[in-house]
Parts: sequence; C-alpha cells; structure tokens
Amino acid sequence: MTTADALLDIDGVTKRFGGFLALDRVSIQVRPGERLGLIGPNGSGKTTLINCVSGALPTDGGRILFEGRDITQLPAHQRTRLGIVRSFQIPKPFASMTVLENLGIPLEYAAHSRSGDAAVGALDILRMIGLDAKAHLRPAGLTQIEMRKLELARAMAARPKLLISDEAMAGLSSAEVDDILTILFRLNEQGITIIMIEHIMRAVMRFSERIVVLDAGNRIAEGTPAEIVRNPAVEKAYLGE
Amino acid sequence: MKIRGALVVAVAVIGLGVLLGGLRVNPYIYFAGYVVLQYVVIATAWNVLGGYAGYVNFGTPAFFALGAYTSIALLEAFKAPLPVLILCGGLAAGLLGLGIGYLTLRLKGVFFSIATFALSVVLQTLIINWDYVGGAKGYTLIRPPVPFFRSWAVLLFIMMVVLAVVTVLVARTIERSWIGRGLAALRDNEEAAECMGVPTLRLKLFATTISGFFLGVAGAPFPYYVTYVEPSSTFDLNYAVNALAMPMIGGTTTWLGPVIGAILLGTAQQVATVTISSELNLLIVGVVLVLFVVLAPEGLIGLARKLRGRRA
Amino acid sequence: MFSWDLVANAVVAGILLGGFYAAVSLGVSLTFGLLDIVNIAHPAFVILGAYAAYVMNSSFGLDPIVTGVLFTPLFYLIGACVYRIYYGSFERRGEESLRGLVFFFGLLFIIEVALSLKYGVDYRMVEAAYIGKSIDLGGVGIAFRLLVPCLVGLAMTLALYLFLSRTFYGRAVMGVSQDQVALRLMGANPVRIKTIAFGLGIAAASLSGALLITISPVVPSTDRDYIGRVFAITVLGGLGSIGGTLVASIILGVAESLMATLFGPSWSLAVSFGILLLALAVRPAGLFGR
Repeated sequence: MTTADALLDIDGVTKRFGGFLALDRVSIQVRPGERLGLIGPNGSGKTTLINCVSGALPTDGGRILFEGRDITQLPAHQRTRLGIVRSFQIPKPFASMTVLENLGIPLEYAAHSRSGDAAVGALDILRMIGLDAKAHLRPAGLTQIEMRKLELARAMAARPKLLISDEAMAGLSSAEVDDILTILFRLNEQGITIIMIEHIMRAVMRFSERIVVLDAGNRIAEGTPAEIVRNPAVEKAYLGE
Repeated sequence: MKIRGALVVAVAVIGLGVLLGGLRVNPYIYFAGYVVLQYVVIATAWNVLGGYAGYVNFGTPAFFALGAYTSIALLEAFKAPLPVLILCGGLAAGLLGLGIGYLTLRLKGVFFSIATFALSVVLQTLIINWDYVGGAKGYTLIRPPVPFFRSWAVLLFIMMVVLAVVTVLVARTIERSWIGRGLAALRDNEEAAECMGVPTLRLKLFATTISGFFLGVAGAPFPYYVTYVEPSSTFDLNYAVNALAMPMIGGTTTWLGPVIGAILLGTAQQVATVTISSELNLLIVGVVLVLFVVLAPEGLIGLARKLRGRRA
Repeated sequence: MFSWDLVANAVVAGILLGGFYAAVSLGVSLTFGLLDIVNIAHPAFVILGAYAAYVMNSSFGLDPIVTGVLFTPLFYLIGACVYRIYYGSFERRGEESLRGLVFFFGLLFIIEVALSLKYGVDYRMVEAAYIGKSIDLGGVGIAFRLLVPCLVGLAMTLALYLFLSRTFYGRAVMGVSQDQVALRLMGANPVRIKTIAFGLGIAAASLSGALLITISPVVPSTDRDYIGRVFAITVLGGLGSIGGTLVASIILGVAESLMATLFGPSWSLAVSFGILLLALAVRPAGLFGR
C-alpha cells in the first residue's frame, strides 16, 4: 500500500513526556474501509498514539496525513470535522444533557446538520445501538455497558470516516462484548474504517483484518491475526523473556 | 417562548420601568432599584462564562471598574454622551476579557480564574497611579441638567432597566442557540466536546468577551450614579462575591437563575444596608454562598425542579 | 537614585523574603501542586494564623513563632475538616472545577470579613525580642525580623521535602497524585491520604501566618496580596516540586524587592501577577514541573 492509497498515514510519529519516550518514530498506514486492530502491553503507547492522531496531544516529530492531507497541526475539533472520531476508554458523557442531546452535539458540530433533521438522525443511531428507550434520560441513569454504547453512539453521530475505538469493551461480559462487536461490524459494512484498541484478544482476533502490535513506543509486529498469534516477538512483549 | 414572545415581554418590562419612573416616590428608591438592576446585568454577564461555560471569573471588579473608568476617561477627553460611554465601556471590558482569555484559556480552568483575580489587583494599581482619571484621590462628576426625565434618579433607573433587559435577552439567545449548546458541552466535559467537533477555544473566547462586555456595560454609568469615583470602592470585593453568589443562589444553567439571584440578594442587601453594617452584610452573603454551593449546587431553580419532580 | 549598596540590600532582603514566601507557598504546593485541589483560600488561613499570633502576643506576650507552632494541630484539624467537606460535596461527584473553586473563594471571603468584623481594619503587629534588631554583614544590613522567618521557612521546606520523600505517608501523598488505583492496592486509602496532606497544608499556614506578622503588620485584606504570590510561585516553581517552590520563592522575593526599591512599593504586587501571567504564557510547566 502506498501512501497515496492510505486513509490514515501515521508517518514516523514521535512523542515524549519529559525524558520518557512514549512513541518512537511509529509509522502505520490504514486503508479505507479496513478493520485494524492495535494491540500491545500496558504502557506500550497505544492511547498516546490515538491521542496524537485525534489531536488531543501534539507530536514531537513526524507527520499525520488523512486522505492525503497533512493534519499534524490541526486542532482536534477540526480533525473530527474531517472525519476522524475517537471514543474514550473511560466514557466522557455530557452529564447535564439527555442521551439524545449528547448525540446532538457531534451532529451539530461535526456532521454539520443543525436543529430539524438532527433529532431524527440521532434517534436512528440510538435505535441501531439499542439505546432508544433511554433517549431522554441523563447519563447518570445508564448502566456501565449503556455508557459504553453511548460513547460509541456519540462517535457515530459525528459521521466518522475513521472511527477509533479505545478499549470500548474493557470490563464487559462476554455477551456484552459480542453486542459491541456486532455494532462495530455493522458500522464497518457501512464503509467506516475502524481502528480497534483492545486487550480482549478474542474480540481483536475476530474483528481485525490486520493487527499492528506496539511495545514500548515501537511498532514490533504487523500482520493478520493468525500471523500475530504465531509471532515470537509479540509473545515476548506480552510475557517477557 | 419564541424570540418574538421574548421581545414582547422585554418591551413590556421596559414599559413597566418607564411607568414606575413616573411615580412620585423618594428618589432613593430609584437608586436602590438601579443597584439591583445593575446586579442583574452583572450576575447575568458573569453567568455567561461561569454558568454556561464553567469558567469562574474572580475578577468582576476589574471589568466593572474598567467600564467606569473608561467612561471617566471619555468624559474628560470628549464629554461623550451616556450611550457612547456605555458602548465604549463595554468594548473596553470585552477586549480585556478577550485578552485575558487568549492568555490563559489554553490552560486548565483554574489558571484562568487566578489570572482574573490577579487582573483586579493589577488594574487597581494602574488606576491608582493614573491621575487623568483621578487616581487615588478620586474623580468627581458634576451631573449636567437632566435630559428628558424628571431627575437623574429616574433616568438612571430606566436606563438600567433597558440595560438589564438587553443583557438578559442576549444571554437567553446565546443559551438557546448552537453556541449555548456547545458551551454546555465544553462545561460538562471539555476534552470530549473538543473531540466531538466543538471548537472549544473559540467558544471560550466568545464567552469571555461577551461576559466582559456586559460587565463593562454595567460599570459604565457608575460615575453618574455615585458622582465621586475612587478606586477602592469601584474595585470593591463586593462585586466579586455578588457576581458569584447571585448566579450560584439562583441557578447557573439558565438565564433565569442570575436574575432571581440578583433580585433576591440585591434587594435583601439594599434593605440590609440600612440596618446592619456593610461588613456583616458581606459576611452573610459569603456564608449563604458557601451553604448553597455545598448543599444546593443547582441553586433555587434546581431546588424548585427537585420539588416539582417529587410531587409528580 | 542608583547605588550598588541599595541594590545589594534589596537583593539580600529579597532572598530573605523568598525564604518566607516559600513557607507561605508550601501549603499550596502540597494541595494544588500534588493533589490538584485549588485551595484559593490558603492565604486566608495564613492571615488567620497571623491573627492568632497577634492575639496570643498581645494578650499573653507569647512569641509569635511559638504561637504558630502551638496552633499547628488546631489548623491541621481545620484543614482535615475542610477537605472532608470539599471531598464529600465536590470531589466525589467530579464537580471540583466550578463549585470547588467557588467554595474556596467563599471560605476566603468569610474568613477575611469575619476577621475585619472582629478586629477592624487597623494594622496589627506583634512584639518580640528580635524584631527591630539587625546585623551588618559587609555593608549589607540583615534585619532579624526578615532573617528569622526566612530560616523558619527554609526549615519548613526541608521538613516537608523529607516528609514527602522519606516517610510512608509522605510517599503515599506523592503516589496519590500519580496513581490512585495503585495506591489502593497498596492498602492506603486515597481519601485519607489527601485529608492528611490537606491538613498539613493548612497547618503550614498557621506557622507561616505567624512569620508573616513578624515581618510586617497585617490587616484582614492582606490575604489578597498573597493569592497572586502563592500561585505565581507554585506555577513558576513547577507543580509538585518542593525544591522548585523554594527557588521560585526566592526569585519572586528578589524581583519584588528590587521593584519596590527602584520603582516604589505600590508596584511590587504587580510583580507577582506579572510573573504568574508570564509563566503561564511561556512555560506553564514551571521551572521544575513534572
């Protein structure tokens, strides 16, 4: 895959926190419509990388290109408008608004539809994800998995071209994990490129077409799920020597 | 209530104000009304940034005084008429809001708050040393003959009615617009809002500018009201506390809260100043503020909502 | 009027003042720097400590620093209570930013107004054996009323540094600022640790208040002068760095002293705020920030 084909091109991105090198010239390219899994032990830099891609953190080196355009200097909200949307590991709902209103924000600001049809679009998303019954409740009245769904629903309302799901399934039961996976599969069928960061291996293996492995800020492996499982470098990263 | 309905109410309120101005009562009542309405403007202005966006401004005196002293400077230089003074006082304070916002809003909210506190102190020092506007000695304004109205008390009262109505209308319009929704999102969770496409920095700067503008508007007619303007009373901590307490007590999420808080607390204080010392008055405001923040953080409006919820 | 003598005296006075400023800022360095609690009311507690020293001094002739030390347990308890209220009302619900700030501002206000109701707006001062004396080192006069608070301030800084790096609770405080989950796994309760830290911060205010009134007379509104100083120092020094607090305090002390000597005292307050705004604009992480 050349740079020209990639939807997202992470090109030699480096990030430091004081003296600590969190990302060391990481390069990853994501094809349009791809389902990419991003895994690695704790502290390997996955969330840092996502923060750099989404614009929450500035980089210390390298470039990020989206649809061929250099977005390295763009603020986060503009990247969202371009179509890069991320969900948060720990859900961050807008507590003073109802579930429906929570979706209204990205619909209005990222997807550019004002009042009128915005309400309809939001309800559709809630129906698809199974939260329509709770549309007029505040986030405080939601269960753990419902909060995760809200987080995803909100991301969907931003009409993403690229959705980055950051550990959306942590702490969920097996059935709930399948629930979320179904939703993600359906989104991908609609043409949305998805990067999944997860620790739940079963989910990552089932979902990803390709997996990239990070360890200590470096990309140490890449390949299909079957290849990654057999890769000794990956095993070493997770289990040590 | 659509905007047309709101405008009708607004005009009605102003009309009521004019009618009240025709009564033959003690001018002191008009001055007291002026002060309460001034607080409606201050509390509403503060709340645009504090309640809607969640950024606490401790430096209300700085913006208020800037409005007042801009008036003085313009009076000295051009003998400018009152409407011009109000507009320019607002603009100056709005620019101050924009400036301090630009310097500090990229950082954590607390730094903005501390910077606003700092602003008051620095500005006060500057004014004390600026003799053109009277400096520490103060500035005396001799009111010219009253245009149109029976007395300055009535004129100032009616003018403040108009300013209060305009400020509340603007706040309400912002609150119900897409800007208001964006501000609410960034108040609830700024990081998430930014990632959902909300241009948080731009909205914050907008809020600080509007808030500053109307605080300056509240201060611009001050020289006409007091006739003797000196720094320590113009920069009074009084304004800082009331600007916080009135929205907190009334309720910060909507325009009605600061109005209720200002009318209740402002009237109470006007009544109290004739009976108890001003310091005791302030102490009580401080205690009520802390009690509300701890026990009823959504203010009186929040309490009313809870009561209604329980009955239903 | 420029003379090297004048500048040298100003610099030395500034350094001594810096030691004292460190004492005042320690509490905020602890609570804001490490625990992320914006206790804007800290200077009010310092003034409270100053008035306690005044009352003990004028009624019983007690040395102010002795009073400061004596009142530490009481102030610790007050601090612990205040933190519990703060935690229960705001931190637990995740609403620290707006409401927590307003809460502390309200406290600041209440303390200041209550003091002015009880003691009026006259300047209050203390009498002690060493106030008014000074020694001369090579042409530079060192006033004892500056020297003693500076030394106590340095001692306090050292004590806090040792506490944070060598004791279990101290290290727990450092830990709570970084990883609450790990702390819980270690068997320590973050709320309890923060209560201790906050209590210590306010206890430090008691002693630094006594130092304050030793240096110069106070009035209830003196606390406002210190809000800017304390946060300027904490930001400049770097959040969470005790050593940074000391360095920043001395820088501020010298800057203010020079400003006052060369341009007059009314501008010295603007110095601290100027430094704060500058630090925020240029390097918000401070000199030694983490």
